[in-house]
Amino acid sequence: MMGIVIKGGRIVDPANKLDVVKDLYIDSTGFITGIGKAPEGFEATRTIDARGQIVCPGLVDLRARLREPGLEYKATMESETRAAVAAGITTLCCPPDTWPVIDTPAMAQMIQSRAWRFGLAFVHPLGALTQGLEGKLLTDMAALEEAGCVGVSNALEPITDTLVLRRAMEYAATFDLTVYLHAEDPWLRNSGCVHEGEVGTRLGLPGIPEAAETVALARDLALIEQTGVRAHFCNLSSARAVAMLTEAQKQGLPVTADVAAHHLHLTEHDIGYFNTQCHVRPPLRGLRDRDALRAALQSGVINAICSDHQPHEPDAKLAPFAESEPGISGLETLLPLTLKLVDEKLLSLSEAIALLTMKPAEILGVECGALSVGATADICIFDPMAHWMLCADKFVSRGRNSPFLGWEFTGRVTHTLVGGEVVFELGNA
Amino acid sequence: MPQTTDIVDVNATIAYMADELRPRLAQQPLMIGIHTGGVWIAQRLHGLLGLSDPLGTLDISFYRDDFSRLGMNPQVKTSNLPVNVENRHVILVDDVLHTGRTIRAALNEIFDYGRPASVTLAVLIHRDGRELPVEAQVVGHHLKLKKNQHIKLLGPEPLKLEIQEAHT
Amino acid sequence: MKRDDLQFDSHGRLRHLLTIEGLPRQTLLDILNTAESFISVGEREIKKVPLLRGKTVVNLFFEASTRTRTTFEIAAKRLSADVINLNPSASSTSKGETLLDTVRNLEAMHTELFVVRHRESGAAHLIAAHVPEHVHIVNAGDGRHAHPTQALLDLFTIRRHKGPIENLKVAIVGDILHSRVARSEIHALNTLGAAEVRVIAPKTLLPTAVEKLGVHAYTDMRAGLAGVDVVMMLRLQRERMTGALISSEQEYFNLYGLTQEKLDFAKPDAIVMHPGPMNRGLDIDSAVADGPQSVILPQVTYGIAVRMAIMALIMGGTQAESTPAGGRRA
Repeated sequence: MMGIVIKGGRIVDPANKLDVVKDLYIDSTGFITGIGKAPEGFEATRTIDARGQIVCPGLVDLRARLREPGLEYKATMESETRAAVAAGITTLCCPPDTWPVIDTPAMAQMIQSRAWRFGLAFVHPLGALTQGLEGKLLTDMAALEEAGCVGVSNALEPITDTLVLRRAMEYAATFDLTVYLHAEDPWLRNSGCVHEGEVGTRLGLPGIPEAAETVALARDLALIEQTGVRAHFCNLSSARAVAMLTEAQKQGLPVTADVAAHHLHLTEHDIGYFNTQCHVRPPLRGLRDRDALRAALQSGVINAICSDHQPHEPDAKLAPFAESEPGISGLETLLPLTLKLVDEKLLSLSEAIALLTMKPAEILGVECGALSVGATADICIFDPMAHWMLCADKFVSRGRNSPFLGWEFTGRVTHTLVGGEVVFELGNA
Repeated sequence: MPQTTDIVDVNATIAYMADELRPRLAQQPLMIGIHTGGVWIAQRLHGLLGLSDPLGTLDISFYRDDFSRLGMNPQVKTSNLPVNVENRHVILVDDVLHTGRTIRAALNEIFDYGRPASVTLAVLIHRDGRELPVEAQVVGHHLKLKKNQHIKLLGPEPLKLEIQEAHT
Repeated sequence: MKRDDLQFDSHGRLRHLLTIEGLPRQTLLDILNTAESFISVGEREIKKVPLLRGKTVVNLFFEASTRTRTTFEIAAKRLSADVINLNPSASSTSKGETLLDTVRNLEAMHTELFVVRHRESGAAHLIAAHVPEHVHIVNAGDGRHAHPTQALLDLFTIRRHKGPIENLKVAIVGDILHSRVARSEIHALNTLGAAEVRVIAPKTLLPTAVEKLGVHAYTDMRAGLAGVDVVMMLRLQRERMTGALISSEQEYFNLYGLTQEKLDFAKPDAIVMHPGPMNRGLDIDSAVADGPQSVILPQVTYGIAVRMAIMALIMGGTQAESTPAGGRRA
């Protein structure tokens, strides 16, 4: 048998409770064929020296926008899946708010096959919860699931008719689909673009109160209880929301949640003087909120960290704050920002990797995020001691919109494998 | 190291200037002093000559030719010309005549107020280093100084002259 | 991006005036003191000085305003500058030219100073961050964020009529939530050490965490005016009713409009100010606006001198610390 061997790396695989320095063997068909001991007759066609490095499952990113179809002037599937693997991410989930919306099986299939063609990261789409995301008519959820959608969502478009939301949840539950929700009341949000607090007051920017999140969350939780649908809340931003979710989970509601990596590090104060790179939705809130989100990772109330990747063309951020487009190009800082939490002793390395592999895989319901023997070899190898600085010209993504430009990080991806193929190697990019 | 100089007896020089200016009293002149040193001297001359029209004062900050390079000094005093200069004979008083730029600025400013019949320049110290074609009609004392030396009038009481050496 | 870096150049001199925040006390005093000398220029026959001769000032008003634009125009002309007025329509980026493109096109025409008014907070900062070194920006109002020239002329007015700011209690009344004037006033008054700054408004018009700006908030106008030396009234936009921010003009006037009866709660020699234009019968009673305590008209005159001072200080060269008197310039 011929294949690739990854030698001498520290294998951290929370799904299999592994944290050990061992060699990892991959066969020529792209599956993991052994850990520790070489399988009978194994011949290495390539040896990757991973001494001093961490070998973990390819990262699973619960939310990344690839901008295709419809917004190709910002980025393309090719550029963004390439950026993903450069950042160690081998599985991505993309929301349905493309243009046109992913509300037909054809769209769902198109996205998956296009991504497949590039042979980089796997892309799993979410189907639209309502047609056109308009919040009125249901989509053919069964057909969407069959076409490969791993869940349904109305993305950032609000469903204001509570009855429609209830019916949509019940319909999704019929097919055992997970509903991905963004808790934001559109009226309380008004035309806000920052957290309603002291920074917004000082800068004279319209604010989005915490209540915009908690009012919607309360409504959604009540309906989840009523309908029994499995739900995942995207991008929690406030301490109060964490408290409400904790209570809901205690009561046994089938709810999970994720947090965007930037919300674990930045607050409203980072906006400084109208730094549009800090314009995100939901907004960066206060220190108390950031700390509650971190604590929720430790307690397990929040089960995953995602990038919430939104690449933009430069003009999108070169406008007065309220007119700029929200979003951070986040793929390339997902792992580094998570490792920072390990540096700050908030998480162990294993816990951190679980939040980027095993747990998001569970939420997606897709088999990935583990280095099991027999699984596809989607692997991330990173040097935990490498110091580097994020620079605009080093971005692989088309979008360079990030408030982390100029930040120093420790921990850098050196190799990424998808299906047993090396799709990224540092220095050969 | 700056040193006050006793080369020039300031009060005696001012008295001398007053004597030189006395013939012009027949024209009923208006006296205008340039801030800050020129005003101190003009105040004394005004008293010695017994002029009836009140003294005018000029702060030439808004007319300087080095604004683009040096910018504004926020300690600008206000110019105050209580009497209309139109058709009057003006005696303009300053402490030191050096490059001539201050006088040019002062003339520009005076002409923004009106058209005098004539302007006579009276200075306490006349030194070398002219950069513009400006001359004084009444000079208290002629001095020749080195290129890096500056002379400054200290006041208002007592009035003393100080020579400063600038670093290159 | 450090706070005061953008407004100051590498030599520490004032390069742009975008907001009062981050300006040291001395800079504010320099502007006020310089404005004093410009008052006299306005009182003589030839109201011009040649400071900005040969320079071009562009009034770039994305948000229309005849009065502010006119005072800037007069101020620039009194400094002998050439003035161009532009009113580009503030269309969103997807429809028209982007904000930065508009500015870049103008730079190509060799303009040294832009006076910018825009309906979005942060617009002046955005422009200032993207212009070349020799270009200066004066913020004539950006969204709800700042209106520094108004605050400076108001402080000038207060100083002239009431003396040093340190001893004074000042109340600002009206739509604080949407007011860039209020925010700049608060920063200026606090930087100059006012004894107390109060804001008075219904809860709907008070921004969240307003006390963090360094003020005491009141919803009862009579209580808020007790013992103040300066009453600053803000303009209420009549459209606020549709946003469910106030109930009716009548109730607003009853509770927050300045009448003599309410004014009597302030000190007997308190002055009344308004940045204009006034809504008589809504913000303020006519009798008070035209009464002996009002300094609303002088505010306009002072506005020209203050704007002249700002433009002169910004366009000048290196910060003139005390130039040796006599010697060098004679």
